[in-house]
Amino acid sequence: MSDSTNTTESARSSGGWLSDVRLWAAIGLVALLILPHFLYPVMIAKILCFALFAAAFNLLLGFAGLLSFGHAAFFGFSAYVTGYALQTLRLSAELGILAGVAVAALLGLVIGLLAIRRQGIYFAMITLALSQMVYFVALQAPFTGGEDGLQGVPRRPLFGIIDLSTNMDVYYLVLAIFCIGIFIIYRAVHSPFGKVLKSIRENEDRAISLGYDADRYKLLAFVLSAALSGLAGSAKVMVFQLASLTDVQWQMSGEVVLMAVLGGIGTMLGPILGATIIVSLQNELAQVGSLSTIVQGAVFVICVLLFRRGIVGEIGPRLRRWRDGGEKDK
Amino acid sequence: MMDLLGIPVPVLMGQLLIGLINGAFYAVLSLGLALIFGLLNIVNFAHGALYMVGAFVAFLLLDILGIGYWPALVLSPIIVGIFGMLIERFMLRRIADLDHLYGLLLTFGLALLLEGLFRQVYGVAGETYAIPESLQGGYNLGFMFLPAYRAWVLAASIVVCAATWYLIEMTRLGATMRAAVENADLVRAFGVNVPLLVTLTYGLGVGLAAFAGVLAAPIYSVNPLMGSNIIIVVFAIVVIGGLGSIKGAIISGFLLGLCEGLTRVFYAEASNIIIFVVMAIVLIVRPAGLFGKAA
Amino acid sequence: MNKTKATLLASAATVLATTAGAQEISDDTVKIGMILDLSGAYSALDGQGSIAAVEMAIEEMGGEINGTPIELLTADHQNKADIGSNLARQWADQENVDMILGGANSGVGIALQDITSEKEIAYINNGAATAALTNENCAPETGLHWTYDTDALANGTAVAMVKEGKETWYFITADYTFGHKLEENAAEAVTANGGEVLGSVAAPFPTQDFSSFILQAQASGAQVIGLANAGTDTQNSVKQAQEFGVVQSGQSLASLLLFLTDVDALGLDTAQGLTLTTGFYWDQDDAAREWSNRFEERHGAKPTMVQAGMYSSALNYLKAVQEAGTDDAKTVVAQLKEMPIEDAFARNGRVREDGLMVHDMFLAQVKTPEESEGRWDYYNIIRTIPGDEAFRSLEDGTCEAIKG
Repeated sequence: MSDSTNTTESARSSGGWLSDVRLWAAIGLVALLILPHFLYPVMIAKILCFALFAAAFNLLLGFAGLLSFGHAAFFGFSAYVTGYALQTLRLSAELGILAGVAVAALLGLVIGLLAIRRQGIYFAMITLALSQMVYFVALQAPFTGGEDGLQGVPRRPLFGIIDLSTNMDVYYLVLAIFCIGIFIIYRAVHSPFGKVLKSIRENEDRAISLGYDADRYKLLAFVLSAALSGLAGSAKVMVFQLASLTDVQWQMSGEVVLMAVLGGIGTMLGPILGATIIVSLQNELAQVGSLSTIVQGAVFVICVLLFRRGIVGEIGPRLRRWRDGGEKDK
Repeated sequence: MMDLLGIPVPVLMGQLLIGLINGAFYAVLSLGLALIFGLLNIVNFAHGALYMVGAFVAFLLLDILGIGYWPALVLSPIIVGIFGMLIERFMLRRIADLDHLYGLLLTFGLALLLEGLFRQVYGVAGETYAIPESLQGGYNLGFMFLPAYRAWVLAASIVVCAATWYLIEMTRLGATMRAAVENADLVRAFGVNVPLLVTLTYGLGVGLAAFAGVLAAPIYSVNPLMGSNIIIVVFAIVVIGGLGSIKGAIISGFLLGLCEGLTRVFYAEASNIIIFVVMAIVLIVRPAGLFGKAA
Repeated sequence: MNKTKATLLASAATVLATTAGAQEISDDTVKIGMILDLSGAYSALDGQGSIAAVEMAIEEMGGEINGTPIELLTADHQNKADIGSNLARQWADQENVDMILGGANSGVGIALQDITSEKEIAYINNGAATAALTNENCAPETGLHWTYDTDALANGTAVAMVKEGKETWYFITADYTFGHKLEENAAEAVTANGGEVLGSVAAPFPTQDFSSFILQAQASGAQVIGLANAGTDTQNSVKQAQEFGVVQSGQSLASLLLFLTDVDALGLDTAQGLTLTTGFYWDQDDAAREWSNRFEERHGAKPTMVQAGMYSSALNYLKAVQEAGTDDAKTVVAQLKEMPIEDAFARNGRVREDGLMVHDMFLAQVKTPEESEGRWDYYNIIRTIPGDEAFRSLEDGTCEAIKG
């Protein structure tokens, strides 16, 4: 997306405690460690799963400029793989999750290879159509349980020894997964690889003329994003002990777009914030399924019409302006 | 009983005919989508939702005002068309100069909004809409019993597709529209009101969707989810036909309906994904689609 | 959350007088949670009507048990197993729900069975047809299955039709647990009685357009097209079978699970002559008529068997809580197994060891428009099927937990 600016980037470069990433990360982590003792841990774990999913999606849209409308395929299908690995193959938790991530990455490679042949709207529609194909596979393949999905997936011990039977255990596992995932995204964005991606986003022809193989970079970003979405899907299986069609449906692909757009595309914090808002909203409106659809639709329309840079994208620069103003006064 | 590749011919013919009838819906829907894409450069994600609204308008006309099927077939597309023009005028135009992906996102939001609203009021169980008196019964074709209403659906959509094609390719208005697609500034210089043209095109596109919705109402029950089930398939069809190609949309609509019917005979489980498989193959061989101009 | 606190305590005096009895009821409320289809394909036969029926049961108990108030929570599972089991998990973790009443949809029904037995909450299902609930997925200490199951439906309808000489069958099946189980049970019943199954096709759930499936069924040449589906799927498939001239061309339709509301939606012109098996018909006897009239005044329609079953199961659960003096799931379920079940809904009912509520079923036929005396007068009861004949015997069951 052309007019989304990268706000955390510039925030990080100027000094001051307000923009110290490490400080904020530490504060956030402490909060997340304490929070489940006050709030329902399953709920926060769910938010973390979707936050990771949205951040992985944002890696592609925000930093490579590619709008995928089919990310549910990776999120949902890896959930099935993990569920199957835990339930039928009786693998331990980490192997189950790894299997899910591996399959998601592979799926990302295949879909990515087809999709990056085109750009913009075409890219979005191709990913959408291919993910719909994955949906039908999930519906009809013998190991997915069809309409019923996989239910009662056991929470097998981590490494075969660490017990994960309570909600609290699983919460801390998900928190660890979330931190690893976000760290990988952060590193990727701030590495030379991330810089090349951004230059491709700004001007693909120029990047190519500078000698970068744009397609390879885009494909790599796609696979990475798919794998991390898969990681989020696998984590979700650990929490809810089930894998279902809801997570592979195209509506889910739309939901993750909404989370990223609402929070702010191309920011680190935006997707996490967006996911938190949307999941909480869904939870509040859970009794009436249609109400949350209405609200999500309305939020989408308002976002696109009024604040395209999302919450973090709109507030971030204002905050910085305020702070910079304050510093000048000194 | 004659056999063809181990399949009794009547079964094959029957499924192909059913496929063709489904293809009729695909064709009318993808035609509208292609029109809108051609002039506005947005993929109208709300197309499925507006198809659903079209069916609901027919249902409500009957339920509240007692207006029957035949008037609804004209009224519903007009009502939904006007609604569409308002959307274009007050929402889509505001983001017309931005990346076209925003159009996709905005219409996606609209689709959710419309679907949610109708779900809120009517649930997802679906409302029944009776087949009009004059189209009840059917014809025995020997290989199958063809309900009269389905025959009508096929005929009506072929006529509507042909008429729209004629409008675009053969009339002065159509020529202006095509010119506006090529070079809006030039057309504007000739004194044509391009924004109005865009609004009208969007209205025509969604009017077609509503028309398909009214056609569908007596077959499928009138259901808030009917649009979201079909829209992704139609997207794939438009990609296969070549985005923005009128001819491509119509032909691939009917063709893929047939293709689905054929798959149902030989390997029914794959009938849901065959269109996506075709799309993947087309993308590899001809990235611009069957009838699209090479990028 | 849609809480309807049924009735508040009548007076402080009652509380004081009965605190002794209420001590064993956890957190001073008896909480019933209903997880059912409030918006989807099964909302007419289940939905708001089921809630009304359970409210009637709670009111019949005076809104309290020995001074402890009864509270009702309700939520829509949207026919998705994940939504249903998340609701149950949250209610168990956060709301301390004592009993969950599950509505139509077998996929959700099984998911709820898993969660409730893990969390040790009482669970009674009405409307999820799959016999798996008291066989391979049984949880006899906590989970009960009340109104009907796929075995009873197949035993009633399929056997009756094969005996009429309609021996070759082709199934159109809703493609999830419920449909497959119903098809499996019906196919067993057909072959056991000398019939033959020529084939089947699985239709996605829910389906709007059955045309291609009906075409396949017609091509099979079977005497009977068995519909292993429910709710709007049944309505759509029956209607479209008529559109494609199935009956005119000499084939019969067998709707293996047909509800009063389906017949009402289809109209007698379309539905007449269909044979069906039902666990309850509002006009079956005086007790049923009396209760159904009260239900109709409240809900605006006669009850389906699911709604009547909801009433019956809630009422008997509450009576068992009262009898046992506790809301501990296993104690109450054990208590239920001791009690004869006889109310507006059930005839000769008892809860079996494996959790199945065995009761009389009815074989019925849909009336012709001429026979019917008005709205809701839809069935001729052909035969009462005694409980032990209708349901699978305990010996033939596959519930591991009681075979031990």
